[in-house]
This record gives sequence, structure tokens and C-alpha cells, in this order.
Amino acid sequence: MSALLAIVRRDLLIAMRRKSEVLTALFFFIIVVSLFPLGIGPEPALLKKIAPGILWVAALLSTMLSLNRLFATDHADGTLEQLVLSPTPLGLLVAGKIMAHWLTSGLPLVLLAPVLGLQFDLEPSALGVLVGALLLGTPLLSLIGSIGAALTLGVRGGGVLLSLLVLPLYIPALIFGAGAVEAHISGLGASGHLSLLAALLALAAFFAPWATTAALRISLE
Amino acid sequence: MNNRFINWFRFASPQSFYPLAGKMIPWFWGLTAIFGVVGLWISFFVAPTDAVQGEGYRIIFIHVPASWMSMFIYLVMAAWAGLGLALNTRLSGMMAQALAPTGALMAFISLWTGAFWGKPMWGTWWVWDARLTSELILFFLYIGFIALQAAIDDARRADKAGAILALVGVVNVPIIYFSVKWWNTLHQGASVSVMKSPSMAQTMLWGMLIMALCFWMYSIAVALMRVRAIILERETHTEWVKELPEVKQ
Amino acid sequence: MADFFAARGAGRPDRIPPNSGTMQPSMSASVLSVSDLACVRGERRLFSGLGFDLAPGEWLHVQGENGSGKTTLLRALVGLSHPAEGEIRWRGEPIRQLGEEYRQELLYLGHHGAVKEELTPLENLRLAAALDGRTLDDRETLAALHRFGLKGREELPVRFLSAGQKRRVLLARLVTRNAPLWVLDEPFTALDVKAVDMLSALISEHVAQGGLAILTSHQAMPMPGGKAIVL
Repeated sequence: MSALLAIVRRDLLIAMRRKSEVLTALFFFIIVVSLFPLGIGPEPALLKKIAPGILWVAALLSTMLSLNRLFATDHADGTLEQLVLSPTPLGLLVAGKIMAHWLTSGLPLVLLAPVLGLQFDLEPSALGVLVGALLLGTPLLSLIGSIGAALTLGVRGGGVLLSLLVLPLYIPALIFGAGAVEAHISGLGASGHLSLLAALLALAAFFAPWATTAALRISLE
Repeated sequence: MNNRFINWFRFASPQSFYPLAGKMIPWFWGLTAIFGVVGLWISFFVAPTDAVQGEGYRIIFIHVPASWMSMFIYLVMAAWAGLGLALNTRLSGMMAQALAPTGALMAFISLWTGAFWGKPMWGTWWVWDARLTSELILFFLYIGFIALQAAIDDARRADKAGAILALVGVVNVPIIYFSVKWWNTLHQGASVSVMKSPSMAQTMLWGMLIMALCFWMYSIAVALMRVRAIILERETHTEWVKELPEVKQ
Repeated sequence: MADFFAARGAGRPDRIPPNSGTMQPSMSASVLSVSDLACVRGERRLFSGLGFDLAPGEWLHVQGENGSGKTTLLRALVGLSHPAEGEIRWRGEPIRQLGEEYRQELLYLGHHGAVKEELTPLENLRLAAALDGRTLDDRETLAALHRFGLKGREELPVRFLSAGQKRRVLLARLVTRNAPLWVLDEPFTALDVKAVDMLSALISEHVAQGGLAILTSHQAMPMPGGKAIVL
């Protein structure tokens, strides 16, 4: 358990000393969201309708951007080998790395989303649902993404390949995440969507670290 | 360990599978031709004209079997991949790699014929119908698998990495399918189905089943041909490949 | 590349000379034994039929040209890759089955520095130990860093250190990790004369205390004794 905390601490410390990488993904999120009104037009009713989808798609893309970093730097400087050879079970260390990834790339999106939601004239209660959905959904993105990051480690054109592998797997998260906000706005209630997101999160939390561990061992062999 | 078990493993080696596959390929091509002729004959001349959709519906004799095959091949591919990871047999990875392009082709045919069917039915080439959308995502999954394998130089690593992706994909396929279906019903999307209509005649079902068999045989034949090519490529410098008559020339 | 590679003693005494050792005779039974090992990279067979035994207090020098499979051998020995054939046993058990127990007793240093550029030497050592599930005594850690000439650089991110100084952080890790089996890939690269002396003294000390060491190097070893193996 202390090893889990240690790896979270280590990755957060590194992220703190390399703030620019975290901030880049965050500004990417803001810019992508702001591009949609420019492309579609400023009509408030339409923007309000598509806001949940836009915010979610931007969150997916922004997560993709930071996924490359998850194992690549550790791979390049040889510390990944040390993690694999550590007496601590690799699954635990991988879970810690995923947690740290969410704290540096998922959580900021959750905190920023309601501010951006205001630009689209979402009501406070809809903003609340948006935050709730992102809170359940962004860890899911980190978990699923870690499998892709491990599989494409050290592979030619890894970044583009990673999005090709991972984005289709993100579709359920997108559907239920954006759907929760839409359902709330249309008065259907978001609880169904949110419980499904939570179920997916539980499933991924169980299986993803395991699959990532297997993929990492293959990549290092 | 009984004898049958040993025999199975004997064919798991590329060296003994290569000639076996060579012998099986003509048979599967033959079956493809027979089922193809019978299936097309039923679908064009025997099956009655649909009361609602007219003659245009006949594209389902290609569309539906292709959709079935695209899903089925993904399952088979994942099963081979899982087998390869569990038993560390080389042939399993090669089979998975050989099946992927055929699966992608089936998904593509399904999308393409779906668009052709959609034009007269819905008046538009593409509708975000639950089944078409799932098929599109399945196509993406195939492309991802092929791209990952192509990007990794070491064949063994490519097999293993592909296997994990295929297994992750196969867990996700039902989740994706149901989420898309749910998304679709929530947005009241259009969905037309000949299968559900009461006018679906027995002969139509037969035509579809025989066409499915034709696609099945075709997939096996093509996968076996591709597996033979993969074996040759990977085992180029082994003695037995150098001794093959087709390589010696 | 030919298919025969044999392990052989280099004609020197297998054990460290008695004057430097605190080793007991009972410890000389081999704890690491490798038999009939074969490794393949891509489609190429790097070596096969490789075997050797190593007892506490012994060290092994793996020699060979570039591309002969030295790194592959070391990676197989630590369990990072699967050998195509053969078996590696630690205290009589195959390392695959031992898993964490084996890794507990193992320290591997590969080509890369295996230090995080953003962290200071002190943080690097502390966190590396924490990931292994251990806590390090601060005084002990600082002493190790000072021993290798990193006094005054404990709190400086490794990014600002020279290549040689980065390797010295690793030497400090050798001291603080406290593992009986050291597997070192080219440990003498990027080290100046003084650091080479320090490292060879460190290895001699480790071996004399009943540890084991396996290392690759192009140069002649600056330490006495040891087995040799040519790939």
C-alpha cells in the first residue's frame, strides 16, 4: 500500500516539476471547446443542446493527448524496467500510475468543465450533472487509455496509433457521459446514465490494470 | 496425455499446418462456389418480392451475412488470440493476424451495402441507426488491430500485443453494442428491419443462411491462404521452407 | 554466429582471495544456476546451450562483441524476457515461479540511467526504495550520496547533473538497495577513473560480503577474481 502511495507521489511530483505538459492538455481542452461555437454559429439554443457532447468529445481528445506520457517517459529513462523488477506487484504500481494520471489530467478537466459549461448557457443543475458524469467518466478514460498506452509503448507512430486503438473503446463513456447531461436537460433524469457509468468504471477498475500490466510486460520483452 | 491431444499440437506447428492448409484451401473454395451459386439463385429468383420494399431489399442477402460474419470473425480472432496468449502457440497469433483483414472487409461490405439499402429505404445514404453505427465501430476496432500489428516489427510481440487488444475489444463489443442501441432509442433514430417484418418468407431465411455459409467458406479459404503466406514470411530462414518446391523455384 | 558458446572459468581462482573475504566455506554452494539457456532475438538465435553456476562470493564477467546477446542474457537472468529454452534457478527454484521473492533479492541496472530527471538524487533514491516497499533512513541515504561525490547536489534535480554524476546516483542506489544479486549492464560506461575505482571497490566489497554480481563490460575488469563467460 505504501508503494501505491509512493508511485502516486512520485508521478505527481514529476508532473509538478513539468507543469507545462499538464497545462498544455488543459488549454487544448479549452481551445477545442471554444472552437465549436465558431464553427457552428452563436445560436444559443443549438449550442446549449450540443454543449454536453462538445465538452465530452473535448475531454476525450485532451485525455488522449496526455496518455502518451503515461509510460513513455518511464520507458525512455529505464525506470519502467525498475518498476517491473520491483518486488511490489506490478499491477499495484500500474494502478498508482493510472491514479496519478487521472489526478493530473482528468481531475483538472472535471474542475474546468462547469466554467466552460457556462459559456454554453447550461443551467446550474445541468452543470452539476456534467461534473458528476465527468467525475465518474474521466477515471474510466485513464483506465482504458492505459491499456492502449502500454500496447503502443516504443512503437513507431505510437501517438496516432494510440488514438486509433483507444477512441473506439471510449464510445460507451462518451454516450453515457454526454447522455447523462442531455437526459437531465430533457427532464428524463440522469440517474440511469450515471449508474451505468459507475458500473463501467467498476468493471474497468478491475480489469484495466491487469490488462495494462500484461501489455507492459509484452512491450518490455 | 492421450493421442488425440498430441495430434492437435502437431498441427499447431507452422511446419505441419502449412501443407495441411494447402490441401484444405481448394475444398473451401469449392464450397464457396457451390453455396454462392445456390444462395444467389435463391436470393434473385426464388425469394419473393418484398411487399413493402420491392426488389431493393434483395441486397440483404449480402448485407446480413456480411454483418454476421464481421461479428463472428472478431470472436474467432479473439479466441485464437487468447489461445495464443494462454498456450504460447505460434500458429494462433498467425491465425488471428490472417483473420483480421477478412473481418474488416466483411464490416466494410456490411457498411457499404447498408448504405445502398438505406438510400431507397430511408432516402439517405447514411443513417445513425444503432446497427450501422455498431458496425462502423467494429470496423474501427479491426483497423486498430491491423494497425497495431503492422506497427510492431517483432512478430511475436505483435502477436501478443494484438491478442491483448483483441481480448479487450471482445469485452467491449457487447458494451459498445448496447450503449449504441440505448443511445439510438433515446434519440429516436430510424431503424428499418426486414428481419422483423411479418412478410419475411421462409425462402428469404434460407437464402440468407446459404449466403452466410458461402461467406463462411470464403473467409476460411482466404484466411488459410493468408496464414500460409504469413508462415512463409516468418519462417523464411528455416530449413523446411527452403526445401519447399514453391520456394526453390 | 556459431551455435556453440560455452561457459568457462577464466583460469583464475573462482573465489575472491582469502585476504579480502569474510566468506564462509558453507556459502560456496551455488545459489544461481543457469542450464542449457538459449535466447532468440527476432528470428536470430543469439546463443544456446549456455550454462553456469554462481555461488555467494562469486562474480561473473559476461564478455562478447556488440550484438552477441550480452544484454539479452542479462534481461533473461532478471526475468524481463523469456529465454527460448533452458532454465534459470535461484536457490533451487525456477525464477518464474519465485516471482516477487526473486525480485526482492535482485538489483538490475540496465543501459539507461533509471533515474528520473525531474527528481533530485535524494528523492530518486527514496522513491525507488519506497516503490520496493521499503523506507530509507535519511542519514544512510545522504551518506551513500556523499560517498560517491554528490555532496551539495542532493537537492538538485538530476536534469542538472552530468552523465557521470547520474551514474553515480545509481552507485548510491547499489549501496542503499541491499540486494544479494547484482546484475549490471555496462556499469563502467560514462564513469571517470575515480568513479571506476569506486565502483570496482564497491563490487569487490559486495562480493566479499557474500553477494553475487553479474556484469557486462568491454574492458578488462579492474577487479580481481571472478568467473568469465564469452558469448
